[in-house]
Amino acid sequence: MEIPYAVRARPDTGLYNAKLGIWLFLASEVMLFGALFSSYILLRVNADPGTWPLHLLNVRLGAINTLVLILSSVMVVFGWASLKMNDFRAYKRYQGVTLLCALVFLGIKSFEYRDKFNHYEVQLKNGTIYDGHIDRDNKDTNIFAFEAARMVTNHAELMLPPSTDTKLEPAQIPLVKIKDRADGKGKEIENYGPWHSSYLAIYFVLTGLHALHVIGGAIVIFAIWGPLAGVWKTDPERYINRVEVSGLFWHFVDLIWIFLFPVLYLL
Amino acid sequence: MQDTSHAPEAHHETLGFWRKYIFSTDHKVIGMQYGITALLFMLFGFCLMLLMRWQLGHSGQAVPVIGHLLLKLHGPDMISADKSGAVGVISADLYNSYGAMHGTIMVFLAIVPLAFGAFGNFVTPLQIGAPDMAFPRLNMASYQFYVVGGLIMLASFFIPGGAAKSGWTSYSPLATVSDLHRPNGQTFWIIGMVCLINSSLLGAVNFISTIVQLRAKGMSWMRLPFFVWAQFVTAFLLLLAFPPLEAAGVLQLADNLLGTSFFLPTGLMVSGTALHVSGGGSPLLWQHLFWFLAHPEVYVLILPAMGIVTEIIANNTRKPIWGYRSMVYSVLVIGFLSFIVWAHHMYLTGMGTKIATFFQTTTMMISIPSVIILTSLFISLWGASIRFTVPMLFALGFLPMFGIGGLTGLPLGFNVSDIYLHDTYYVIAHFHYIVAPGTIFALFAGIYYWYPKMTGRFMNEFWGKVHFGLSFMFMNAIFLPMFMQGMAGMSRRMYDGGLTYAAVPAAAGSPGIPGLSPFVLFLNKPILWAAVCLGLAQIPFIINFFWSIRHGRKAASDNPWEATTLEWQTPTPPPHGNFAKPMEVFRGPYEYSVPGQARDFTPQNEPDPAQLLTHGNPLRS
Repeated sequence: MEIPYAVRARPDTGLYNAKLGIWLFLASEVMLFGALFSSYILLRVNADPGTWPLHLLNVRLGAINTLVLILSSVMVVFGWASLKMNDFRAYKRYQGVTLLCALVFLGIKSFEYRDKFNHYEVQLKNGTIYDGHIDRDNKDTNIFAFEAARMVTNHAELMLPPSTDTKLEPAQIPLVKIKDRADGKGKEIENYGPWHSSYLAIYFVLTGLHALHVIGGAIVIFAIWGPLAGVWKTDPERYINRVEVSGLFWHFVDLIWIFLFPVLYLL
Repeated sequence: MQDTSHAPEAHHETLGFWRKYIFSTDHKVIGMQYGITALLFMLFGFCLMLLMRWQLGHSGQAVPVIGHLLLKLHGPDMISADKSGAVGVISADLYNSYGAMHGTIMVFLAIVPLAFGAFGNFVTPLQIGAPDMAFPRLNMASYQFYVVGGLIMLASFFIPGGAAKSGWTSYSPLATVSDLHRPNGQTFWIIGMVCLINSSLLGAVNFISTIVQLRAKGMSWMRLPFFVWAQFVTAFLLLLAFPPLEAAGVLQLADNLLGTSFFLPTGLMVSGTALHVSGGGSPLLWQHLFWFLAHPEVYVLILPAMGIVTEIIANNTRKPIWGYRSMVYSVLVIGFLSFIVWAHHMYLTGMGTKIATFFQTTTMMISIPSVIILTSLFISLWGASIRFTVPMLFALGFLPMFGIGGLTGLPLGFNVSDIYLHDTYYVIAHFHYIVAPGTIFALFAGIYYWYPKMTGRFMNEFWGKVHFGLSFMFMNAIFLPMFMQGMAGMSRRMYDGGLTYAAVPAAAGSPGIPGLSPFVLFLNKPILWAAVCLGLAQIPFIINFFWSIRHGRKAASDNPWEATTLEWQTPTPPPHGNFAKPMEVFRGPYEYSVPGQARDFTPQNEPDPAQLLTHGNPLRS
């Protein structure tokens, strides 16, 4: 039994089945990310003054990642167009660059994640807050050692972009003894994981879900590009359809990032 | 009727048992898998409800007969002994679990899979003349996600702390703080829901693609049976409304497991101590995301039922459906409006009167297309010589029951009256009238109606009528008194059936305390009896369902109800690939009793002789 219009377009709709299917799927994805973006807006609008951090993320890295994803989207189009022009080797090249871009993106993203998990905030008994990256070489469990940090006197100050007068030279940072902390557990010593604040919580959920989409899309594109490339010989029309449909998904993933970048990095 | 001796087209690969029945990609097998699984879940959800009704009617008394079994299943934390020493008193936590899981199971594991997964899968491709769904393997994956989600939900009863206990709505922060085990029932609930959402999503993509792409030649949009239209709109609701709940589920999962505060406000106190979280979250955000799904979900529950009832009414009145076009436009308008009414569930959250007014207005607007559909169905009955078959009885039962459910919803849609009725038994009665004697009756009607196509035999007529009569009686006996209880002010959340708020009569030296009257509290008992009787009334159906597979009266032809739609033009039961020859459609879906025709029904694929003469090959319209 053959399903009609699985490969060729139906004349009155102008679509083959999978193309309609992916557009419907993307519509539901819009609703998924739309709900998360709405949550971001609501959380930010409702945040108490002085609790929403500004310019916490590295804009340069975010901008590089944006360019990487845009480049990958262009490569997807070139790859698909090469197949249409019957140039399989060019397609292999272009789509290879796409996969490379996906890896670069994920590499930069995981570097940014690690940076947040190594970023700590410590409040001393006298109320002073040290905030910065820990020294990962420190083996002494009694001492909390910063690699670089700034010193502020209240949380609201922490929400502003770091200014030069609060920044400490490495030599100026005291070694914080664990027993000096205001409280043995809880908020007072905490890294910048999702539990740290609403901003970081929505940041990790949005970018984490996006990263899962990048991984999923890259796996599918890789499967079509590598292990399933034989279909090009047996059923080229179906093969081009697969490239097109996976490309549509890739463009969508790219588009989500185009919104994520300004919302999380710039605003 | 139809020559069924030759098999459809070419190859007959013989599939083994596993490929044919368990990992099938055939839409009809998947439809039946969905149907049987969903019916089992419905029975299970019903049993949970019986236990709850026992607790409400006999608060503090041990559940008879199965008390020891419950103790074994839930442990001594959840089940205790009563004053007389009998084992089987349900704890408040367990009651809450039963309540939350009854709602979840009935909505997401029983009604939707039955209405959309089972009937949609089995009937839709047949009615549009397609050989299968557009994506058969996605279809299989959709069913598997559903089963996995269901199993996760069931497993959650047996973990420390028990199943989710914060209502089917899982309002935060309650859902995060009500059970301090990690992972707890709520964690299972969210993961189970994510599976169910993915299942619906795959189903929705598949249904829309199938209806758009695989319609047979000549099957233009206005020739689609109303059932297909209903499934089409339902699929769009599932496609677009479910993802926000998935997002909300991910956020709540983070609140539960990662210690984030998406829905936990600053300064939240639990049992007198401040919760150690970053704060800054919004409980209202959960409610908005949840109801953005859950209101369209209400229409997911009702639209397929309307579709089924329409097919059956057309067939048994032997008349075209009155106002087919206005029904189609109405169902489209319902689909659109259902996305902008969600906050009428939230009048009491203090979201502001302006917003409440907006949602009150849209809520009143959505009742218009619903009334158009119901009215068209009522008018279709006018002047018909009705065949009172079992499916028709259930369909006729649906009309007034849905009418009661719908009309009692209006006072809940009005801001002012909702403030009084909110969270009372009135609400329970209202939506159960829509879903229980409404949708479930339509689903029963569908089972009796399409059974001959699935098996080649009818279900027993007499026991079908017994099933209908008793169900109709006891459904009303259960839900009608709840309107009274609700208007008397009985809260729907009370574990003891309202005893806490019982009125204390005035006596010497005491003015008494106003509260729930003894009569209102007494009603809990007849409701319990009626619920037990409703359960017993399903026994004829269950036996009939299995007995008729082999022993039912044989259907004389492929089209035993003399219907016009395409599903009756296949061999019985339809083979893999469905049709013996490619279908071509020449007319609308309900050409019954057309003057000048020899028979009182003209199937959609029957060419017009006049057209054949003049055009040779009739074109699609």
